[in-house]
This record gives sequence, C-alpha cells and structure tokens, in this order.
Amino acid sequence: MSSEGISQFDLIIAGVGGQGTILASDIIGKAAVKENMSVRAAETHGMAQRGGSVVNHIRIGCELGSMIPLKGADVMLALEPSEALRYIDYLAEDGVVIVNTASIHPVTVSSGHCTYPKIDNIIAKLKESRKVIAFDATALASEAGHLQSMNVVMVGAISNYLPIPSETLLGSVKTLVPQKTVDINVKAFELGKFQL
Amino acid sequence: MSKREYMLGNVAIARGIVEGGGQVISGYPGTPSSEIIGTLAAMQDRDFYVEWSVNEKVALEVAAGAAMTGVRSVVTMKHVGLNVAADPLMTLAYTGVKGSIVIIVADDPSCHSSQNEQDTRRYSQFSMIPCLDPVDPQEAKDMISYAFEFSNKFQMPVIFRPTTRISHGKSDVLLGPVNETKPIADFQKDLERWVMIPKNARIQHPHLLAIQRDMLAELEKSPWNSLEMHEGCKFGVIASGLASAYAKEALDNMGIDACFLKIGTYPIPEAKIRTMMDQVDTILVFEEMEPVVEEQVRIMAQQLSSPVEIIGKIQAPVPRIFELNVDVCADVLAEVLDLEKPDMPVDIGEDFEYEACRIDLPMRPPVMCPGCSHRGTFHAMKKAFGKNAIFPSDIGCYTLGIQSGTVDTTLCMGGSITVASGMYQAGETKPICCSIGDSTFFHTGMNGLLNAIYNKADITVTIVDNRTTAMTGHQPNPGMGRTATGEETSEVDLAALCRSLGAEFVKTVDPYDLERTEEVFKRAKSFKGTSVVITEQLCVIDAKRSGIRRKPFIIEADKCVGCKLCVDLGCPAIEFNLETKVASINAMCTGCAVCSHLCKFDAIMEVKK
Repeated sequence: MSSEGISQFDLIIAGVGGQGTILASDIIGKAAVKENMSVRAAETHGMAQRGGSVVNHIRIGCELGSMIPLKGADVMLALEPSEALRYIDYLAEDGVVIVNTASIHPVTVSSGHCTYPKIDNIIAKLKESRKVIAFDATALASEAGHLQSMNVVMVGAISNYLPIPSETLLGSVKTLVPQKTVDINVKAFELGKFQL
Repeated sequence: MSKREYMLGNVAIARGIVEGGGQVISGYPGTPSSEIIGTLAAMQDRDFYVEWSVNEKVALEVAAGAAMTGVRSVVTMKHVGLNVAADPLMTLAYTGVKGSIVIIVADDPSCHSSQNEQDTRRYSQFSMIPCLDPVDPQEAKDMISYAFEFSNKFQMPVIFRPTTRISHGKSDVLLGPVNETKPIADFQKDLERWVMIPKNARIQHPHLLAIQRDMLAELEKSPWNSLEMHEGCKFGVIASGLASAYAKEALDNMGIDACFLKIGTYPIPEAKIRTMMDQVDTILVFEEMEPVVEEQVRIMAQQLSSPVEIIGKIQAPVPRIFELNVDVCADVLAEVLDLEKPDMPVDIGEDFEYEACRIDLPMRPPVMCPGCSHRGTFHAMKKAFGKNAIFPSDIGCYTLGIQSGTVDTTLCMGGSITVASGMYQAGETKPICCSIGDSTFFHTGMNGLLNAIYNKADITVTIVDNRTTAMTGHQPNPGMGRTATGEETSEVDLAALCRSLGAEFVKTVDPYDLERTEEVFKRAKSFKGTSVVITEQLCVIDAKRSGIRRKPFIIEADKCVGCKLCVDLGCPAIEFNLETKVASINAMCTGCAVCSHLCKFDAIMEVKK
C-alpha cells in the first residue's frame, strides 16, 4: 500500500498503446489537482505507443518521485487483461485490480508466434494473489455509444476507490474528452461507476 | 495570483521558457524532448520566435546566433542530438554569448526510445558549461528562468538536462509571473570574442577556466542544492536530480537516519559536500547513469585527505545502467547498511524480444500501424533484392521494419546511406539497399547521399517519405511546405533535391502499389551507381486526421487456404485463427489494400457497402 507521509493513493494504469491510458491518467490527475492535492505521474510515450505495452503511474498526495515501488499500488486499473498480469507485481498484496476482460491480441499472437492465454485463466491467476474486479468494459463502452469510451468506463469504475469526489472526476471527464463526445463519455463514466 | 496546473514535464518546461522571457527557440524533435517546442509552437499570441530546425547542430547554431545579438534563446534536443551539435557546443563555451542561451538536452536512461544511454552531464564536464538537473516538473520549470539569468550574468551557455521521467512525467505545477522585459537584438562586433581563430581561442580558453570558480560559487548559493545535516549522524547520502526523490523515499520507507544532500547543479556544490565529509564516515551516492557526482566526490576526498568511505557505482552496488527507482535504492541501502533485503519480484513488465514468448504472457512489442505504408515498401524491397541482400536502415518508425527483415543496421540519425556506402566500398558483393525517412534524410541523410554519389557507391537508397516526422509526434519538416507554427513555406522537392546532389536514377512510387514498387526496386537494383527510390505515401495517422477514408477489406473465409502470406506482413489488422487455419481482418483495417495485392486466391476484397 501507499505509505503514510509519502503518498496518499498510488494507482497503476496498464494497457495497450492507443487505448487511451494517458487520457485516463489525465482525468484523474487533473481532478486531484482541482481538489488541491499534489500529484506525480509517469507515462509511456514514444516508441511504446505504437500498439506496445503501456503502463502509467499516478500518485495522489505525493511530492516525491512519480514511480510507484513494487507492491506499492493501492489499485491497478487494467484496460486489457494480459496487461494486468504483466504489471501485477506493482500492486500491493492487499490491493485491488480492476480489469477489463476484453482482450487485444498483439501481433506476436495474431501472426501465430505466441498464444494468448484464456481470459478465465488470466483472471484466475490474478485472483490467486489479489482482489479482482473483472468485467467487459469494452461492451459497456459500446453500450454508452462508442468503443473508444472504454477508458472512461474504467475511470468510472475506479471512482469508487479514489480519494476524489465523483463530481470532480466527472467534471474532469467533461473538460478533457472531445466536446461532441461528452454525452457518450458521461454515460460511460456512470456505467463504469455502477459496475462496482 | 498564483495558479496550480496539472502539467506534462515538457509543457512545464515550455511554460518556464515563457516565464523566463525566451525569445528565440529552436530544436530538432527527439523523444523525450519533442513536446517543448510542440507546446510553444501551438501557443496563440506568441511574442517569441520558434522553429523546428533540420538538425540539432543547425538548431544550436541558430540559438547561438540569436544569443550573440543579446536576446534570450533556447535550443531543445534529445541526448544523442547533442552529439550532432557537439561541434558548436565545444566552441560556444569559448565564445560565450551576449544575451543568454539555455541548451535543453533530454536524457533517456533505460533507452525507452533511444539507441543508447549516454549521460549529458559528461558533456557538461567536457565543455565546462554548467548543467542543471531537475527533480520534478516544478523544478524543471523554475530552473529555466534561473538558467536565463545565470547565462546572462556569466555570458555563458547553460545546459538543462531533464530525463524521460521529468519530460514525460506529470505533476501539479505552480505557475509564476512572466518576464515581460525583452532585450533588443543588437549584434556588437568583437572579433576577439566572436571569431575563434587560434589566437583568440588561446585567449578564451584560459577565460573559460578562470570563470569556473565564480560559476561554482554562484551555483552553490542556488536553491537547487540542499543539504540536511542530522546531529551526530555518521551516514551520508548524496543524490542528484530525480535520483534524490527515489533515495529520499527509500530512506523514509526504511526509517534510516542519514545526512542528505540533494544535487541539482554541475559543477557540484563543493562546500556542502565538504560539510558532509567533515561529519560522516560513509557517503553513499545515488545518481542515474554515469558516476559523475561520485567521481567528483572521490576527487574531493583525495584532495582533502578525508578518510570518508565513498560508495557508489564505480565499484558497485549502485547500478551504472538503466533508470533507478525506489526499489533499487532500497536494495542498495539494505546491502550497504547490512539490513534485511525486502523480498521483491524481479523481471516485470515488457522486454522487447520480438520472437520470444514468455510462458504466461505473449510479448507485445510496438509495431507499425495498420495501413502503414512502410509495410508495402519493405515487402517490395525484400522481394526485389532478396533475403540475402543487406538492408542498412535509420532512425524513425521504419526502424520497426526490423520485424520485416529489412532493417539490418541502425547506428544513428543519417547512418543508413553512409553505412551502406562503407559496406560497398569494403568490397561487399551482396546487393545493398538502405532505407531512411524524409525527416531523417533532411537531418543528416543528404550529406550521406552526396558522399555516396560522389564516391560512386553502387547502392540503392530508399527514402520512405511519409510526409512528416512521425515517430516523435508528427512534427513538420522541409518537405511539407509549412513551418513549426503552421505558416506556409517553400516545399522541398525530394526527387529534385536528389538529382541536384548528382543522382542519375531517381524514381518516386506509391508503396501501396506493390507491383510497381517492386518493379522500380528491381530497376534500381540493376542500375550501376547510386540509385534513389522515393516511396511516397502520407503517414496513415496523418491521413486519418486529414479526413482520408478508405473502405476496409475483408477475407472471404471459404477462399482462404491458410497460406499466411498476408499474415506475414505483420499488420495488426490481420489475424490468424490457429484452429480453423483461416486469416481474417479486424476493425483496425485502414483500407491500404496492400494485403489484397498479395493474396494468390483473391480471398481479400474491399467491403461493399
């Protein structure tokens, strides 16, 4: 867990380049600053954005470095199931992982070089050591109106854990998403929030 | 009124340039530095000049010229860019400036997006130009105004070195006032200073040495170095830049009592180090990459005949490679203080072995986008030249062609045509076809082509022209007809440029047209001398942004025989079902049609709406 005096809340966001992990971090980071909390975040840019594996760190109420120590995160938000497993060691043993069960196959799999594990096996593996909340956020995004709002569904889901009022997060969603998609994203946020 | 904003480190640095009253800003894109100029160029109501230059040497010289007239200038680049700009750097330390110049060089420990892990602080020592090393985005922003003032006071350039975690980190940042006073450009002739002929260099070199003590004294007083002495404490920790945040957290977590010196400037604050040396028995130094601080502390200890034990990375245990973090610092502290080591997992995250599969998880390497035109170029190139040909390449998105088997070397920016020439001149008889992007060609590829033609290298040069600097975030270049701020300007004709460099075989093709591209490559291969093939097609991301929509393709399952010819293209839009042995196209398809030209069974066709 995040240690007292160093950070109030440590969050890991894992996913695939192009899924909107940076927007998800921004929504949370901006909302925390609005609530007068200090924030430190680290993001993956550049090379790894081309469909590669991506991990962001966000520390709320922290004035030190942005990198969360191993077994230090309170919650992990995983936008893709295999990426949850890849970075699970960042999550505290009593931490919670919220995971989207919709997978994205890397080229190594679609080209037949590697195999992708069964989703059930991934979830079971996560459950061996951590508390797991798993649901199909991509389907909820589609229900909200657009697949691309999956990241906001996930932010809605984690809103139940963050030390930030839900209204502030929703305000942050409204300012950061493209204006013509505000309604879809508000709905996506609500759908995620009520999953838990 | 002061205001707090949530900002990317590079955006905070751009804000620092505005607050400090920067007037001329130049640079060449390079991860993790690119967003600084991107942010400035996108600002409305600018009262400064900002440009993307064609390479880092050019950029530094533009900024140097501006500072010679008395204004405040900034140049930005990534660490390896400073190698390109090292020539002006070393002598600019002799001439100095009249206004001020801040040289921003972003380092990339762990090579997140780079070909090496070099440490810019070594250039600071080498050139004797002072360097600032921030711990977070706030300090990064605040250091810029300080750097302008320092540079002006000593008439010296200042290096400012963020790392990936600063540039691509985010934090709440307290904004400061903007310096509205702007010096007027007014170049004063002063031959002894601005004309570095040997006689004048012999005057300026001693001057550079002489001002080192004064600069150190000034840096020593700066807020960027801070010393915490604990009464009676015999254990000292010195940590620089970002490493100071990691070290502090590890010390706090483990409840270790230590005298602590945070370093943010080079040359390092000697008086504070001396104070620490006078009290403690042991000094542990944490710094990322090279042992710059450690070496200086060791030299000081020797000069002062101090019995203090110095521990760092020269004789282990602090790693000399990759980024540090809290866990690494905690491990080192446990070892040094003989404490129990925490049981921590190792080997997490991603390694980039393209062919490797971990038992539990498939690798997810970065790949070329669905519909990327480089895929067509590389496919045609390999077919025309054969697998045994040699394919030197360069730095850009197309380096990802390593998966297509058409990237055999990547040395540095512009190092494709030249490496290809060298191989030919060495007597290599296999066919040689190199690839280089449009922006990289303008950067340092042009001189390589001129050299190849002049010296009669029998090679084929492929310019993969996607009309942008894609990998670093789509910055404009001289082939695009617009500047950093979006103004129209002359558009360089690549084919005409190559001809004017002496090329006799220059052909431009559309790499989505596989047949024609392959045919042109075959002709280029049989041409005696340096041939140039320009494969021109808009970057697929830019195409989407500019509203180009192509109909996607599908694979008719009953026509697919599972030959995997299309799958081997490595397009993320093409999937192969291991059970049914049939390929399919997913929603990522952009309609480039390259795979449909490959299929021998006419199974791939446009979606009819």
